Amino acid sequence: MLQNIAIGQYVPGRSFLHLADPRSKLLFIVMFATLVFLANNSITYSILIAFTVFSILLSRLSLSYILKSLKPVWLLILFTVVLHIFITKGGTVYYQLGSFTVEEQGVRQAIFISIRLGLLILFSSLLTLTTSPMDLTEGLERLLGPFGRIGVPVHEIALMMSIALRFIPTLMEETDKIIKAQSARGADFTSGNLVRRAKNLIPIAIPLFVSAFRRAEELAMAMEARGYRGGVGRTRLNKLRFSWRDSLIAVAAVLLILAIGWWRT
Amino acid sequence: MNEENLLTFRNVAFSYDGEEGQRVEVLKGVDLTIAKGSFVSVLGHNGSGKSTLAKLMNALLLPESGTILVSGADTRNGEMIWEIRRHVGMVFQNPDNQIVGATVEDDVAFGLENMGVDPQEMRKRIDEALHSVGMENYTLAQPYRLSGGQKQRVAIAGIMAMRPSVIILDEATAMLDPQGRQEVMHLAKKLNREEGITIVNITHFPEEAVDSDRVIVMNRGEVLMDGQPGEVFSQVERLQEAGLDVPFTVRVRHELVAKGYDLPFGLHQEELVEHLCRLLLTK
Repeated sequence: MLQNIAIGQYVPGRSFLHLADPRSKLLFIVMFATLVFLANNSITYSILIAFTVFSILLSRLSLSYILKSLKPVWLLILFTVVLHIFITKGGTVYYQLGSFTVEEQGVRQAIFISIRLGLLILFSSLLTLTTSPMDLTEGLERLLGPFGRIGVPVHEIALMMSIALRFIPTLMEETDKIIKAQSARGADFTSGNLVRRAKNLIPIAIPLFVSAFRRAEELAMAMEARGYRGGVGRTRLNKLRFSWRDSLIAVAAVLLILAIGWWRT
Repeated sequence: MNEENLLTFRNVAFSYDGEEGQRVEVLKGVDLTIAKGSFVSVLGHNGSGKSTLAKLMNALLLPESGTILVSGADTRNGEMIWEIRRHVGMVFQNPDNQIVGATVEDDVAFGLENMGVDPQEMRKRIDEALHSVGMENYTLAQPYRLSGGQKQRVAIAGIMAMRPSVIILDEATAMLDPQGRQEVMHLAKKLNREEGITIVNITHFPEEAVDSDRVIVMNRGEVLMDGQPGEVFSQVERLQEAGLDVPFTVRVRHELVAKGYDLPFGLHQEELVEHLCRLLLTK
């Protein structure tokens, strides 16, 4: 029932994007997202679309994986499109029915906004598809490192994330076991209305929480037994290292900023 | 510093507040020493204080009164606590709840990262440790895909990488299937023999204690018996009074002797089989 859920959506590989440092990928995405919001005409949008297509090719992932990431947001995109078509006014009137009008600005905005959303989603899923959760956590820890000086518990947050990732399969297995145990005692999780079904989840959630707390306690003790004492003085097995790939990414970022800045109106 | 005795307990007492507000005495004045390089089994049923004993050995708990010395260092000494924990490695009961890393090598690295070991040295030690527990082909495997016995071996590798003097198995085989239990015991014996690691195996399976150098039986917070497996297991009645089982071979022989058969004492199944055959032939 639950065994087929993949953790994150990382697809292992050895493409240019897979091997780039997670820090440069993260920084690039932040920059790219800003550029997507700065783009405001067909030239700038075309440049961004072309760049996204290029990046997808560079990742050497099959297109179906990447398009799958758009699935959960189709509705959102559709909704924004419809909303903009009917509400945003201005320019030539294309169509009129009673007090409803579809005007030039509306159509324009609808197209641009859906491209914006699509690009953002495609690009960020490209990150999670090509970066293992562990690398991602480590990249975040390093990037947020400076905030540690103003009291942000960066190391602790990163450790929490990585332990959470490590325990997802364990807890999945446990949930599966509890569901089976409750079903064996006659619990029914598949029929009834929404409220009923939600209520039926309580006998799954409570044992799961109880055991998660017990696990947390034991894990804390095991970590202490192995000399864990916070982030100070700790070394890491896999040190992140920038390579020529990251220099190329930096060059691409500069070119992209210049291009958008030049053609933007 | 006493080189012979790795662990020394001097009149150690420990208690905690029970659920109804009363004091629960877990250990009442325990005195014992554990020699370097030995393989010691600690037997006792639930609530005998054997697990508390383990947690006192690496300063996860501190004694209420009395002293515990690890290679001469007092576990109360806050400055020595990390050194003590490096020396005294501990494998816990539930294999899932002691693995921190998302891959086998990440997990073995955890203790070394805590110690601040240089990444290059770390790589070397991880390879050595995984080799010594026979898990070198699983470096990048995800722990949840391993069997219980394999997970415990990874946990042992994580300790071995820290170059400890003692490994405490705190009911490390309790949740494993017979095969996993055998894997772990086999490994513990190998590390004891070949690498000179002192092993303290805390267990409630008397069979696991048969081959150790010494058996300590705990009952109600006190050391009930302490000696070689032969001495301890020959006192079947006393063990059973403490709610403990004896190895199967010893029990069979005990029952037969009670029925009037003349059988010499032995700890291993092969001995018993041989004696039984001989008895059958001479009849």
